[in-house]
Amino acid sequence: MGLDPVIELTELSIGFTGRDGQDVPVLRDVSLAVRPGESLGIVGESGSGKSTVALAAMGFLKHGLRRLTGQVRFDGRDMFALSRQDREAIRGGQLGLIPQNSGQALTPTMRIGAQLCEALRLHCNLAQSQCLPRAEALLAQVRLPDPGAIMQRYPHQLSGGQQQRVAIAMALAGEPRALLLDEPTTGLDVTTQAHILALLRDLAVERNMAMVFVSHDLGVIAHSCQRVAVMYAGEVVLDGPAQEVLKRPAHPYPRALLSAIPRLCDARLPRALDGRPPAPGQGGAGCAFADRCAMVQTGCRQVHPDLTRAPGGQTVRCLRADEVVALTPHAADRPALRHGPSGDVALHLRDVAICYHRPGLAARLLGRDTPPPATVDGISLEVRAGQTLGLVGESGSGKSTILKAVAGLMPPLAGEISARGAVLPTQVRRRRPDTLRKIQMIFQNPDESLNPRQTIEQILAQPLRLYFGLEGVQLRERAAELLETVRLGAHMLDRLPGQLSGGEKQRVAVARAFAAEPDIVLCDEVTSALDVSVQAAVLDLLDDLKRSKHTTYVFVSHDLAVVRALADQVAVLYQGRLCEAGPVEQVYSGPSHPYTALLLNAVLEPVTGHAPHLEAEDVVELSPPASGCPFQRRCPRKLGRICDTESPPEQMGADGHSIRCHIPRAEL
Amino acid sequence: MSDAAISSRVRPGRLRRAGAVLSDVMRRPSGAIGLTLVLLHLAVALLSPWLAPYDYKIMLSDEILVPPSADHWLGTDALGRDVLSRVLLGGRQALLVCGIATPLAILWGGLLGIYLGLRGGWVDDVVMRLVDAVLSLPGILPLMIVVVMFSGGNVVLILTLAVLFGIPVIRVLRAATHGVVARDFVLAARARGHSRANIMWRELLPNVFDVLMVEGAMRLSWMLLSFSALSFLGYGVAPPTPDWGQDVSEARVYMSLAPWGVLGPMIALSSLIVGVNLTADALAKALGLDRAQKAVV
Amino acid sequence: MLELIVKRLALGAVTVWLVSVVIFAGIEALPGDACTAYLERDAQGKLLENCRQSLGLDRPAVTRYLDWAGSALRGDFGVSVDGETRITAEVALRVKNSILLAAGALAVGVPLAIFLGVFAGLYRDRPADIVVSTLAILAMTIPEFVAATVLVLVFAIWLGWLPAVVLTPADAPALDFFPEFVPAAIVLTMVMVAHIMRMVRSSVIEVMASDFVQMAHLKGVPYWRIVFRHALPSALLPAINVVALTVAWLLGGVVVVEVVFNYPGLGRMMIDAISDRNLPVIQAITLLVAVTYVGVNLAADILSILLNPRLRTRLGRGA
Repeated sequence: MGLDPVIELTELSIGFTGRDGQDVPVLRDVSLAVRPGESLGIVGESGSGKSTVALAAMGFLKHGLRRLTGQVRFDGRDMFALSRQDREAIRGGQLGLIPQNSGQALTPTMRIGAQLCEALRLHCNLAQSQCLPRAEALLAQVRLPDPGAIMQRYPHQLSGGQQQRVAIAMALAGEPRALLLDEPTTGLDVTTQAHILALLRDLAVERNMAMVFVSHDLGVIAHSCQRVAVMYAGEVVLDGPAQEVLKRPAHPYPRALLSAIPRLCDARLPRALDGRPPAPGQGGAGCAFADRCAMVQTGCRQVHPDLTRAPGGQTVRCLRADEVVALTPHAADRPALRHGPSGDVALHLRDVAICYHRPGLAARLLGRDTPPPATVDGISLEVRAGQTLGLVGESGSGKSTILKAVAGLMPPLAGEISARGAVLPTQVRRRRPDTLRKIQMIFQNPDESLNPRQTIEQILAQPLRLYFGLEGVQLRERAAELLETVRLGAHMLDRLPGQLSGGEKQRVAVARAFAAEPDIVLCDEVTSALDVSVQAAVLDLLDDLKRSKHTTYVFVSHDLAVVRALADQVAVLYQGRLCEAGPVEQVYSGPSHPYTALLLNAVLEPVTGHAPHLEAEDVVELSPPASGCPFQRRCPRKLGRICDTESPPEQMGADGHSIRCHIPRAEL
Repeated sequence: MSDAAISSRVRPGRLRRAGAVLSDVMRRPSGAIGLTLVLLHLAVALLSPWLAPYDYKIMLSDEILVPPSADHWLGTDALGRDVLSRVLLGGRQALLVCGIATPLAILWGGLLGIYLGLRGGWVDDVVMRLVDAVLSLPGILPLMIVVVMFSGGNVVLILTLAVLFGIPVIRVLRAATHGVVARDFVLAARARGHSRANIMWRELLPNVFDVLMVEGAMRLSWMLLSFSALSFLGYGVAPPTPDWGQDVSEARVYMSLAPWGVLGPMIALSSLIVGVNLTADALAKALGLDRAQKAVV
Repeated sequence: MLELIVKRLALGAVTVWLVSVVIFAGIEALPGDACTAYLERDAQGKLLENCRQSLGLDRPAVTRYLDWAGSALRGDFGVSVDGETRITAEVALRVKNSILLAAGALAVGVPLAIFLGVFAGLYRDRPADIVVSTLAILAMTIPEFVAATVLVLVFAIWLGWLPAVVLTPADAPALDFFPEFVPAAIVLTMVMVAHIMRMVRSSVIEVMASDFVQMAHLKGVPYWRIVFRHALPSALLPAINVVALTVAWLLGGVVVVEVVFNYPGLGRMMIDAISDRNLPVIQAITLLVAVTYVGVNLAADILSILLNPRLRTRLGRGA
């Protein structure tokens, strides 16, 4: 490509002033260039500095940050040297940004139309009268249905996917030559994510825009970028064509990252990458990755590697790059997951229905309350001892609600939940201590589920004191023992959660659940708040504990690949109703419910040249339909009236694989 | 597992954290000035019986409304009493009454607030309606009515202040508790089957403790304001006893002749309340409870 | 939205009812009643009994509450303990004077407070902000009677610019209070400006650090347009409730300032009633002020709902 770069970062270092008055770099010597029509992906884990790069490319630094050295050029013009007016003209004009969380990035007090028109008037000098049709056209261009109505809405009246599309339309308003995308699809459901990415790709081609994708998700990057830059501890450690980087990375970090990602097609646990990156200013003289690197040599800790050329058009910061490239792709040394021996039925749900809606006093008195369809309905499931049941579905599918019902935090409207044959009282308060002890729960985000004001010892002491009456030295010894079982040291007992890394915190949460010596552990999205490398370690730990303690898991996740790696049985939920349930192999490969098929097709794997297959619209539904199949409104294979009026029959296959659909099993 | 790690039962820094917060408060200009003022007032209140050059009750009939001089640094009042002595002694009542009433107020208000925040349901509804009703009563009037009707006395005053100033604390702590109750660690504790008392004590209190402390400091400052107003209106302390509010109201009559009579007690009173308020402000910032502060991080 | 407003109105009504119960019960719980207060030393034996009978104090408390609340609902607060003065007429006069004082303070105070708050918030931690914020803390914490005394000392006694006290009688027309009410209004304005300004300042800082303001910068929106169009509509919403609290305070609780300046408003009437142990008047004023408080806050809540798109249009996800 002989074109001049649109965005060019040269040896950019950004930092803040530390407590001792020294500069602490957050970005170090970052050099990147993007040409018209090119799309560059910047990948890294949280804290790697990737978002700072995106903002710096606009000449914007967060409060407290300062440019130490280097330049940022847009079209050859130094963004940090421009006057305020010139910078304002470029931002949102030729250079657009699509933020991570559009819900919060749109002004809540302005209508969508007004915000779009503002962008148009500022950057295209359009008159007020020309703005409205132009704004509507933009909304249509990002494939929003009924643009006229959307113009009149406020941001909070739109769904996450719609807000993201509005943000894209707003960036397009200035006729940009380059787009910066900061985690553009994080937090969206898989199907919505696939749609947004497809839209962005089409727009880039149409307008010959340069794009910079910032993401933690290699799947997103693989799907949308030609070139990939991998960031680690504020540095670019690898830069090269997407195909090469994803297949034969010349740096051990992306290599380890790739093997830490669970795959849909692979029923094995991913390989964990231990340790965590150095905090800003904490790295030693050598390579920042040395402490976590499997191939580290003495030289790595002394010499800071420079960027060098490596095979396949990659540039890399590694002393042993040539050896890394030569390794076989992602050594497959993990044994295939064995399903645990299945025992008796440990947990049984029979026709469980749960309703969030509680009529208010006034509504009850006036008698004008017609209850909406239950949030969760007709759930019948069973898990055998020592097995893992995975519950999958998009947000709003009711999967976490079901866990809460099992835990006794959300009493069901109807149905029955029993553990080992004994019916569980619906409310926690009614359950006997021993019953409570046997069912434990692990939550999504350890920052929320661990009390920030308790030490690790106090956190572990809560169940130990409650269920076993331990006190004093005994309690402390048992707490230390528990930390060992989750591969943490006893020296952590006196720390506060805030002093631990995300992965360590989640291990403490696991230890707390196992402190009760439970039969059943309910896992609610336990890895989705963690970085991939950490996620793999937590999955591995959970799997080990299951084997050694013969524990039963109910594992809720939106990530189909994670469920595949851990579960024995899977249930797919949509709008609080079961679509499909059965052994994991059958559900992932056999005939599928149209919704399962849609989900599986929308998953982005970190492999280039794989296009997701999109069929259904990514409409967000507010409540389940009153009758018929829950998926009727989005189903790409809808038969007709029967889907609207009659509940689909349960079609059983081998090994208890059931699909609820009107389409005959053979045709699915 | 190392024995050293188990035996080393260092009580994880409650004290250390308190020390860190204190040093943070002192690093801020408002905290340094505020805390210095407060400590100065406390020292004077404790030592004033020995510091005061004259007896506060002695009326020198030949030295009425004398301007400041070497004998009377702040002059004398209309009854011929030494103003400096009265200023030095004039904060003891306020500090005693408010110093006892504030902890009582945040104790009962705080505990009830935390309980309601966790309990919810109809109990919460009923109590909060009552709280709303009482809070809508005008300013310091309920206080005055009680004091007048029961005709004074420190015990009555302390109890009334503790009850009245505890009511807004209920509301603040209930709101703070709501922010915590929704979090997963409380849900986890409920799922494990802990008692309500355990959840309040071990899960909630440590998380709202900062709010309670800041609330205490703010309440103390408002309480001092109310006490001084009460005293100014003549319902605070019985006359010969020196008190700033009362002394200002007495000296106001001769203000055009002898402004020194009002200036001394006014400066003393204002500096105490400003000091307490500045300290509360710095404390809120040090604990990260200041809204404007939070936005920066 | 309508549902939300109806709910607030219903809650307000419940609170007003509870207030009346609390006031009545509170006065009941005090030692003595209107007769012991009126008769003072002679309050014993036949005389006391006769008095109680004539005032109807010998009836059960519930009956007396219903009677009192019923008349209050019709705007009749009965007669004072002296047995002659109609409370309603007297109170109405004082309310008029209190409103005059409050209106003066609000007209100057609210715009000033908002301006200062926005200014200090935008120039956070710069010298101008530090000066304004420090002054605000002083204005909030220095007792009103101290501020008033300083004001009188400087402007009335030393400079002779302003009158020291109000001498106009309570039933004089509003215009007669000018310029006598100015010093009192100044003291009140200072306190309220400090409170509102501090709230606006922190709200502005919070909003200016929000994601959508950062995004507006990144969309190339000019600075002042960001301030006025994007930030202030959100930042000033919470000010409504603070202003409401101030209004309620001005209309009911300014006893000290009214006493210092001898201003014939509701606060002074209240304190006179307290020292006379004039229970019917105390009851009447307390109820009136409490109802005003509830009403003003209710109005602020409803206004916030109307002005906040999030509450006004309860549609969309999860609502």
